[in-house]
Amino acid sequence: MAVEPDLKIELGKQGVFVTTVSEIYNWGRKNSVWPMQFGLACCAIEMIATTMARYDLARFGAEVFRPSPRQADLMIISGTVTKKMAPQVVRLYNQMAEPRYVIAMGACAISGGPFKQGYNVLKGIDRYIPVDVHIPGCPPRPEALIHAFMTLQAKIDAQPLTGAERPRHLDAEAQGLFPVPEQGAHDLVPPVNRLVWPLPAPVPSGENCG
Amino acid sequence: MMANPYFPLAILFFAAMGFGLAPLGLAWAWASLVSPAKPNAVKNAIYECGLESRGDAWVQFRSAYYLYAIIFLIFDVEAVFLLPFAVAFTGLGAGACAAMLVFVLLLAEGLAWAWAKGILTWA
Repeated sequence: MAVEPDLKIELGKQGVFVTTVSEIYNWGRKNSVWPMQFGLACCAIEMIATTMARYDLARFGAEVFRPSPRQADLMIISGTVTKKMAPQVVRLYNQMAEPRYVIAMGACAISGGPFKQGYNVLKGIDRYIPVDVHIPGCPPRPEALIHAFMTLQAKIDAQPLTGAERPRHLDAEAQGLFPVPEQGAHDLVPPVNRLVWPLPAPVPSGENCG
Repeated sequence: MMANPYFPLAILFFAAMGFGLAPLGLAWAWASLVSPAKPNAVKNAIYECGLESRGDAWVQFRSAYYLYAIIFLIFDVEAVFLLPFAVAFTGLGAGACAAMLVFVLLLAEGLAWAWAKGILTWA
C-alpha cells in the first residue's frame, strides 16, 4: 500500500481522500457482483428470500440476478447437485464472465449433505469448480447467505491486481475453461477435477461403485 | 480550399464522426485495460442454458409455416380490429364501413382459400 492506514485516516479527518488504483478497482468490483439466476433445490428458496425486500441483497449491489451466464459473475450453488446436473453446472460456470466467483450454499452443495449416500448425488461441487465461500446449513438462513456474500466482498476487496494472486481475468495465462464431466457407465468421468480437488478421488471399483 | 463554401460542413462532419466514434473507442480501450476478454470454447457456444449446443444458430424455418401465419391473421388479428370497429360502429360513416368490409372480406377470402385447401382439418 502506498499510503499507510493511519496516515489515510488522518488525512480523511482533514477532508483529503486518498486511494490507490487497486482499491478503487476492487471497490467497484465488490459492489457490482451480479449473481446468476439459477436455483438447484430448496436452498434456492432461501436465496430468493435473500433478494426480496425483507433481507434485500440489493444493499450490497447484487440485486441484478441475470438469467444468462454471460452477464453474471457470481454463481450461487443453491442446493443438491445431482450427477445428472453437475455437467450443466460446470458448463454454465465456464460460460460466465471473468472474474467469476462461486458460493456453495448449504450442506448439499458443499458435501452432498443429507443425500451424501445417494448414488446420484455429487459430494460437493468443489470437486469440479473452485468454490470461494462455503456456507453450511440445511438450508442456510438468508442471513447466512448475506454473510457469505460479505465474505466474498472482503475476498474481492483483498485481491491484488498484480502477482500470482491476481484475479483470473487479468492473467492472460490463466485457464478459464474447467473440464466438463461426462456421464460414464457408473459415475461422472472424471470423478474430480484435479486442478481444484487435491483430496483422494473415489475409485470406481467394479459393479458396486456409487 | 478555404474558399469552398462547403468546407465548414466537412469540418462539422468529421467532428460529428469524432463524437460518435470517440465513446466507442474509449469504451473499447477501457474494457481491454480493466477487463480483458477471456474467451473459451464453452463460453463461445451459441446456447447458454447449460446443455450442450447442437448445430448452428442459423436454423431454417420451413416456408410451409406461412399457412399458420395466415390462419393466425384471420382468427386473431381480425378479432383485434373487429372489436373496436363494433364499439365505434354507430358513429362511423359509410366510408369507414366500406373499408372495414374490404378488410373482412379479404380475410374471409383467405379463410375460404384455406378451407378449400383442406388445412383446417386436423391431419
